[in-house]
Amino acid sequence: MVATIKELSEKQDLLSPGHRLCAGCGASIVVRMVLKSSKKPVVVASATGCLEVSTTIYPFTAWRTPFIHSAFENASATISGVIAAYDAMKKKGKIKEDINFVCFGGDGSTFDIGLQSLSGAFERGTNFVYVCYDNEAYMNTGIQRSGATPMGAWTTTSEVGKAQAGKRVHRKNMTEIMAAHGGYAAQASPSHWRDLVMKAEKAFEYDGPAFLNVLAPCPRGWRIPTDQTVEFARQAVESKYWPLYEVMEGEHKITYKPKKEIAVAEWLSPQGRFKHLLKDANQPVMTEIQTQIDKEWNRLIKMSGETT
Amino acid sequence: MSTVKAITGDAAVAEAMRSIEPDVVGVYPITPQTIIVEAYAEYVARGEVQTEFIPAESEHSAISICVGAAAAGARTMTCTSSQGLALMWEVLPIASGMRLPIVMFDVNRAISAPINIHCDHSDTMGARDTGWIQIYSENAQEAYDNFIQAVRIAEHPDVQLPTMVMMDGFVISHAIQRVEVLDDAVVKKFVGERKADYPLLDMDNPVTWGSFDGLGGWFMEFKKDQMQAIENAKRVSLEVAKDYAKISGREYGLFESYKMDDAEYAVIVINSTAGTAKTVVDTLRDRGVKAGLIKIRMYRPFPASEIVEALKNCKAVAVMDRVPGYVDIGGPLFEDVQVACYQEGVNVPLVNYIYGLGGRDILTSHIESVYSDLEKIAKTGKVATPVTYLGIKE
Amino acid sequence: MSKKWDYKNVNAKNIPRGAVIPEAGTADEYETGGWRTKHPEVDKDKCIDCLFCYMYCPDSAVITKDGKLVGFDLKHCKGCGICAVECKKDAIKMENG
Repeated sequence: MVATIKELSEKQDLLSPGHRLCAGCGASIVVRMVLKSSKKPVVVASATGCLEVSTTIYPFTAWRTPFIHSAFENASATISGVIAAYDAMKKKGKIKEDINFVCFGGDGSTFDIGLQSLSGAFERGTNFVYVCYDNEAYMNTGIQRSGATPMGAWTTTSEVGKAQAGKRVHRKNMTEIMAAHGGYAAQASPSHWRDLVMKAEKAFEYDGPAFLNVLAPCPRGWRIPTDQTVEFARQAVESKYWPLYEVMEGEHKITYKPKKEIAVAEWLSPQGRFKHLLKDANQPVMTEIQTQIDKEWNRLIKMSGETT
Repeated sequence: MSTVKAITGDAAVAEAMRSIEPDVVGVYPITPQTIIVEAYAEYVARGEVQTEFIPAESEHSAISICVGAAAAGARTMTCTSSQGLALMWEVLPIASGMRLPIVMFDVNRAISAPINIHCDHSDTMGARDTGWIQIYSENAQEAYDNFIQAVRIAEHPDVQLPTMVMMDGFVISHAIQRVEVLDDAVVKKFVGERKADYPLLDMDNPVTWGSFDGLGGWFMEFKKDQMQAIENAKRVSLEVAKDYAKISGREYGLFESYKMDDAEYAVIVINSTAGTAKTVVDTLRDRGVKAGLIKIRMYRPFPASEIVEALKNCKAVAVMDRVPGYVDIGGPLFEDVQVACYQEGVNVPLVNYIYGLGGRDILTSHIESVYSDLEKIAKTGKVATPVTYLGIKE
Repeated sequence: MSKKWDYKNVNAKNIPRGAVIPEAGTADEYETGGWRTKHPEVDKDKCIDCLFCYMYCPDSAVITKDGKLVGFDLKHCKGCGICAVECKKDAIKMENG
C-alpha cells in the first residue's frame, strides 16, 4: 500500500527549508517526495548541480540526514564507495542498522557527464536508488542544452535564429538506457505524487540498482511562472510527452494512461522556451515533436503488452 | 616476524595491501599496476581478506569510490598508473580538500602521447600539487615499507590527508627482487584501526560532506589548514618511521643521503635510478672523487631546508628529473631545489638533467658523465648548459 | 561532537576540517522569506485538509499537524504560489507581502 499524504506529512522532511533553490523549483518537490518514501534511514549523495549548491552553502546545510557530494560526474561512484564502506562495516558488526542509499543528479549529471559512473554502478549491482531530477537543461550554469533537452527547445547553447529553431535533435531516452541495465527503472512526475511515491517505495525496496527519471520543471529555464511548476509537470504527462511507466527487470508497465487526447502543442506553447515554435515557419519542428511522442507512446503500449 | 620472498615490486605492494586489509579497495586496471589489482582480486576470491573490492569502470570512478568510502569512515585504498592517475586528477584535490586519508599506490609510467607503457615520473609529477602527500621508493622493499607507513601518516590526526606512494614501472614493478615481508599480524597491529572524523555513516549525527563555500566563506582558511597539515606530515612521517624501524629494522628519513658527509659533487634523484647512481658513486669514490647522492623519499611535503642543509657544502649539484619539464628552466625537482637553495641563501651551482623518459635506459655511463660535468662546473664556477637531455639519440 | 559546533559563530578556529558541516539541517536557520513578494493565506472554511499544498511545496513551508493544514512558515516561504494553484478547493490565495 502506498502511503497517504497524511501519513507522509507526519514524517519529518529530511530536506529542511532555508535552502537557496529558486521559488517554484521542481527539484526540491521531487526530493521531498522521494525521501518521504523511504521506510528506513537514508544516506544521500548528490552530483554537482542546482540541488547540491543550493542546499549546502557553508555553514548551512538543508540536509537532516547524512549527505555527501564530491563532483559532477561521479555521484554514482561516490555512493558506491559509501555503500562499500557500509557493507564492510556491517560485516565487522560496526554498523547494525539497515540503511537506504539514494543519489540525486540533474539531467546534465545523469544523461551526459555522469552516465558512465551511473552505468558502472548499475552493472555492479549496487543497491541504491538513483533519482534524476530532470529539468531538461544545465540550469545551474544558466540554461545550456543537455542530452535531456527536447527538440525545439531554446537554451543558451541551442539558440533560436534564422538558421535553427532551438535544439536540432531529440532528447536521449534515458529511462530505457537504464532499464536496459536490468534492474528497476521508472519515469515519474511530481504532479502525480501517488505514482511517484509508489515508484520510489518500490525503488527503495528493490534489492539492486533502481533508477527514477522524474520530470522537474524549472520556472527560470522553461520560462514559465513560478506557480505553474506542478501544472506543467501534469500537462507533460497528460500530453504523453512524459509517459508514466516502469520497467521491472525488463518488463514494461504503463502506470498511468491520460484520459483524453491532448496535442503536445498545448503543453509546449505556453512555455517561453518553445515560443518560437508557434511561428508558421517552425511548424515542421512541432510536427516532428508530436510524431516522436506518438511513436514512443505506441512503443510503450506494445512493450507493456497492451492494445490501446 | 618476517619472511624473505623473491617477488616483483607489484607483488610486494599487493602483499602490503593484503596485510593492511583495508575496508574498501576501488580500482581499475592499467599497465604496469595490473599485477597489484590481480593479486588482490585473488586474495578476495580465496577469502583471505574481507575487503569490499570494487572493480570500477574507470579510474575516475575508482578514486570517487575511495572518496565516498573514506568519508563514510572506511580505510580505503586504490592503485593506478599514468593515464589512470591523469583521469583521477579532478578528484585528487577533492580528496585532499575533504581531508580524506586515502592511500594510493602509483606505479610510475609515462603520460601519452605517444602512448608508452614504460617508466618516467610525468604521471605523479603532474599531481604533485594536488594536496596529496607523495612518497617515492627505490625498490620493491621500499615500496612495501612505504606503503605500510603511508597508512599511519595519512590517518594521523595532525595530517588527515591522502597519500600516494610510488615506484618505477617495469624496472621495479615487474622485476623480481628480495623483499622482507612482515607477518600480517605485525602489520595489522602497526596500522591499527582507523578513527574517522565525522563519519558519514554515523546516522545519529548526520553530517554534510562536500559543502559549497563561496565568496564570504572560509575557502582560504580551509586551504591554509591543509597547508599546515601537509607540513605536519614531515614530522609525522619521521615519527612513523621510528615505529616502523622497531618492527622491521629499517628506518627511513625524508630523503636518503648516500656518502654526502664530505661530498663535493652530488646528484639528486628519485626512485630506482638511485640504485644505479649509488654504484657510480662507489666507483668514483674508489677513484678518489668525492661523489655523493641524495635520493628523495618524501617529495610532498618538500623537505626544502633539510635538502639544502645536506648539499650546502658541495661544489656542484646535479638534479635529475625523469619528466619532461616543457620549460627551459628545467624539471619540477630542479625548480624545487633551486628555490630551496635561493630561500636558504645557498649558492651552489645547480644543473638539471632530464632522463629516462618513456622508459629510456639510464646507464652508469650516463651518470658518470653527469659527475664529470659537475667536476667541470666546479672548476669553472659556470653552468654552461642548465638543462640537458641525457641519453638522447643523435 | 556535532552539537558543540557553534555554526552561528563560525570563525577560523572552529571550522571543521574539510569543510564538513557537522550539524544536520542548519539551513533551517537561514531565512528565505525575504525573497517573497506575495504570501499564501488559507481560508479554513474552504480547506478540506487534502494537504496537496503540503506535498507540492518546494520549500517545506506548509505547516501541518495531525494531518491538518495549520499554516505557512513565512520565515521560509518564497511565495512561488504553487500551493494556491494546486488547491482544488480554491482555499489558498496569494496576498501581497
